Amino acid sequence: MSALPPYASPLQRTWFYSFRFICGLIFFFLIFPIMVILPLSFNAQDFFTFTKEMLSLKPEGYSLKHYNDFFTNPDWQQALKNSFLIAPVATLLATTFGTVAAIGLSQSHVPFKPVIMAILISPMIVPLIISAAGMYFFFSYIGLQGTYVGVVLAHAALGTPFVIITVTATLVGFDRSLVRASASLGANPVTTFFKVQMPLIIPGVVSGALFAFITSFDEVVVVLFLGSAGQKTLPWQMFTGLREQISPTILAVASLMVFISIALLTVLELLRRRSERLRGVTPG
Amino acid sequence: MSDTTQDGQVLTTQDGRPLKAALGRALFREKLRAFLLVAPLLIFILITFVAPIIDMLHRSVENSIVEETLPKTVVALQEWDPGSGEVPDEAVFAALYDDMVVAVDKKTHTRLGSRLNYEQSGISSLFRKTGRRIKRMDEGEPLKDQFLAADKKWGDVTTWQVLKQFSPAYTGGYFLNAFDAKLGPEGVELKPADERIYLFLFGRTLFLSIVITLSCLLLGYPIAFLLAALPLRTSNLLMILVLLPFWTSLLVRTSAWKVLLQQQGVINDFLVWINLISDSGRLVMINNQTGTIIAMTHILLPFMILPLYSVMKTISPTYVRAAKSLGANDWTAFWRVYFPQSVPGIGAGAVLVFILSIGYYITPELVGGTSGIFISNRIAYHISSSLNWGLAAALGTLLLVAVLVLFVVYDKIVGIDNVKLG
Repeated sequence: MSALPPYASPLQRTWFYSFRFICGLIFFFLIFPIMVILPLSFNAQDFFTFTKEMLSLKPEGYSLKHYNDFFTNPDWQQALKNSFLIAPVATLLATTFGTVAAIGLSQSHVPFKPVIMAILISPMIVPLIISAAGMYFFFSYIGLQGTYVGVVLAHAALGTPFVIITVTATLVGFDRSLVRASASLGANPVTTFFKVQMPLIIPGVVSGALFAFITSFDEVVVVLFLGSAGQKTLPWQMFTGLREQISPTILAVASLMVFISIALLTVLELLRRRSERLRGVTPG
Repeated sequence: MSDTTQDGQVLTTQDGRPLKAALGRALFREKLRAFLLVAPLLIFILITFVAPIIDMLHRSVENSIVEETLPKTVVALQEWDPGSGEVPDEAVFAALYDDMVVAVDKKTHTRLGSRLNYEQSGISSLFRKTGRRIKRMDEGEPLKDQFLAADKKWGDVTTWQVLKQFSPAYTGGYFLNAFDAKLGPEGVELKPADERIYLFLFGRTLFLSIVITLSCLLLGYPIAFLLAALPLRTSNLLMILVLLPFWTSLLVRTSAWKVLLQQQGVINDFLVWINLISDSGRLVMINNQTGTIIAMTHILLPFMILPLYSVMKTISPTYVRAAKSLGANDWTAFWRVYFPQSVPGIGAGAVLVFILSIGYYITPELVGGTSGIFISNRIAYHISSSLNWGLAAALGTLLLVAVLVLFVVYDKIVGIDNVKLG
């Protein structure tokens, strides 16, 4: 399918091009909704559609007023601040716990491994609404509902499965004899971990951390239930904005968030290339 | 393995200990170390995640409020036969009076009233009304008459039947409610047709999830096929078009669809502009099922494409070439040779999309209106608006069971260790 052979019949030729056309349409479906909000966020009017001025590319049709609103409105600023307070701490917790546990799980003699694995992965499988409901009941019981700590702990729990999965995946390619070599040369386990193991598994740790970060940064269901007005995050503010009074500022926020996603995607892609390159050089 | 040499001597280590014991010790230490590494996270997840889920499961059957608020009445009611058709006697009313005096003092009677109101409407007002009258009652006079004078519902046998039915500390009542059923005098029966909502909502959740899964498959299969067939350089480039939506915030994508699908939105404007529809005939594509299906298909499509792609990547092109050289035409070669090999990918992708979609909350809430909402929206409603937490827990438990069953299927197809990200 990658190229049309020279002997293709007219029917095959037609099918080849129409298949590509269909795929083009599906790619368009995937990317268009994300791309369309970028120009719309510069709308000078409070509309959610292209105005005549915008279509004729007149400068007066465009403005930065929605961005201006985002950076001056105290509600949005509070939400932005909360998002950047909660997500990094949750990421740090999830990455630390997750990496250590993944290293433990990768050893050959772990008792009850399948059960432990199932429990550790479960936050990723259980639908968010159920996690949110359970945590709401339980956290209000122990007095963590509506607190910053409660939201951070919940987000950390939701992020750990991703760290476990990515770090476990990199540990599969990790040569255990390196640890033994390091120990035989007199390094203690902590030195071995930081000097030998960590540099090799760092791509998995970083991509796990990115997954954990985006999980917390995007998460809205749990924060809606567990948080109070003081823990409003960006997704929360967007959610209430979309449900109640939909304002075009949301489009400006959405555009900024698309750029965050592009940045994360780039970092991940670079990491993937790096680990592929490393895998090509290191034996076995 | 034998731990003795041929002449019967026990193998020892350098320092004279038996080899077997030394090995066992080393193994134990290694196990302990592995476990100690896993333990912090395990404890963390058990406290912050597993305990809340167990608490929710418990809450779906827990019902100690009647026993706690009216302890004496519950004991007194044990003698009473709910099938007799007669209101309990003076002794029960005396117990009820004692309990109510305490409950009104602690102001717990209204909570009990609203709890029992889920089972039989009207009980909430009955308890509030009686609570106001209780101080004026005279302990010396017959209490039964005074209660009946306070509210004639105390003379209604069904009130007492509900009270007796829900006096045990555990109840299946929330689950019956979740199945649109209730416990009548003749056992379990379905509620009147106009009160049945949950079975319908479960049905709709399943139906919409199937439609979303199928449309993801329909759109995802060609894309995965193309990506797997193209040279790596091109396919990596096109993969960005799949991964960018995957990494974009769920709310960004939902708000994009909200903007696109509105009646004054981009799609309708475009259709009017090319004269396909008239200005008065703008399509209603949001706040209904269409909105939910379109937006969720877009959001979940990467979860279909990625597993399909990783399976198709492993299918060797030589099989299709062999089929063609043996005389198969393009379609036969695809359908008989390529497609069967891609079925594991279809299974993995479909189960994943289905699991994700039956528990979805945000997107249906924002673009689904009233006709496109899922069971999860009802759970959220019971937690935050109607405060019927027991019913929310029961509905959540049912959803959880469904997801876990599906996950076991997924585990059988793909294996939990083979979950790949990005």
